Amino acid sequence: MDVVRALVRRQARNLRLLGVPILGMGADLLIGAGCVAEVETSAVSLGEAGLAPRFTEAVQQRLIKVKDATCPAIHTALQAAEKGVPYMPLAGVLGSDLVKERKDWRVESGLLIVPALRPDVALFHARWADEAGNVWVGRRRELATAAHAARSTLVTYEEQRKGDMLEDELLAPGVISSIYVTATAAAPRGAWPFAVPGAYAMDDAHVALYAKAAKTQEGFRRYLDEWVLTPKKSCSPA
Amino acid sequence: MGTYAKEELLACVIARLLGGARHAAIGASSPIPAAGAFLHQQKDETFRVSLQQRRAANPFTEGSRELFDLAGQGRIDVFFLGGAQIDGEGAINLVRADGKRFPGSFGSAYMYPVVPRTILFREEHSRRTLVPKVEFVSARGTPAALLTGKALFSWLSDKRCFRLESVHPGSSLADVKRNTGFDYDAPQYAPQTAAPDEGELALLRGPVASEIAVNYPEFAGRIWGSARPAAPTHREQP
Repeated sequence: MDVVRALVRRQARNLRLLGVPILGMGADLLIGAGCVAEVETSAVSLGEAGLAPRFTEAVQQRLIKVKDATCPAIHTALQAAEKGVPYMPLAGVLGSDLVKERKDWRVESGLLIVPALRPDVALFHARWADEAGNVWVGRRRELATAAHAARSTLVTYEEQRKGDMLEDELLAPGVISSIYVTATAAAPRGAWPFAVPGAYAMDDAHVALYAKAAKTQEGFRRYLDEWVLTPKKSCSPA
Repeated sequence: MGTYAKEELLACVIARLLGGARHAAIGASSPIPAAGAFLHQQKDETFRVSLQQRRAANPFTEGSRELFDLAGQGRIDVFFLGGAQIDGEGAINLVRADGKRFPGSFGSAYMYPVVPRTILFREEHSRRTLVPKVEFVSARGTPAALLTGKALFSWLSDKRCFRLESVHPGSSLADVKRNTGFDYDAPQYAPQTAAPDEGELALLRGPVASEIAVNYPEFAGRIWGSARPAAPTHREQP
């Protein structure tokens, strides 16, 4: 989320976001701040805090393009990319209007065929990075798939570990090896208001505060002023 | 009979629909289905419940695609889906209706046709939500049941339509008819949905509330006040 806030501050424009497999408050912030041209995702939601208000309004006003998908189609498309094959099949989905809408999907022998998805950048926050350039994401293996599939991978991390995590049998299965990692940067509490399991919990109250504020353009602007644009406060209160 | 919340009634109805099932997966933002599943688990220890968005001890170690891979193999036999609109053919719409944008299809397009027992759940029972035909088909499949805030419907496979099974306390046959936008099979007299008994309420307010409080703190707080989150050791494994 620190990178999302930095992108808003530097007024990024025309971003195309891919949800793996869904998008949340980070995407809503970027959309509200005018950074986004297109999203491809299975959903944009604030979870228990409800609808993503800036996304909802932007789509209703046709300010951004949406390529609707369904979660396993995105996973499968990234898996095709990580294998270096042009497409992969997937069960289910055929009765959905998504198949009509997605001209890049096709049906063959009763299976949906989705083309490989190769993002320009995989961007996420990790618990640890080490001196060898590896990052640890634990059970969040969809981040590994995204890193394998993407042309470049940028990672912020909570803490730096000494040495090489690949030498640790217990840590290694949760590691994305440096082969895939383009660059890392320290960002303590960088996932806030989201959780880093084992380090800090999700700040539900803040997400609810955002959901309420972002219901109107004015409220969203005030949120940005208070929590994103003012460098001093653009980080976790903890 | 003491008083109970509407959500507690709905969780009880869900629990009663789970007989004979081995494994239910619960998707995003579904506290009532989750409560129903954990209630059923209190009565059947071998019943497994996998919360997709479980905050601690998440059962999926291959990332968020593992849920869909499990379903594809037939290892999940119950899933819950909702919709901004649900129609008389059981199709659901999570994308757009009446000029409004909703979050998106999530994994529904895949899960609905793939999981054998899909239970449709939508608390709002109105002509806005229960429509003759959805504006966009996110997913299509064969539903096991449709549960709303007013009634429980089963699905007649031969006629391909819903059948009214019971009407919740506080509603009536006429009320259900008035608020349902699609045609359904209705008996002359539909029984009233059985209210939660003392045993069910005790389980809901004790172990189930603790389990729900970990993952749906806002919901648990609203229904059960200060429900104490369960200790980090989870009794999810049979």
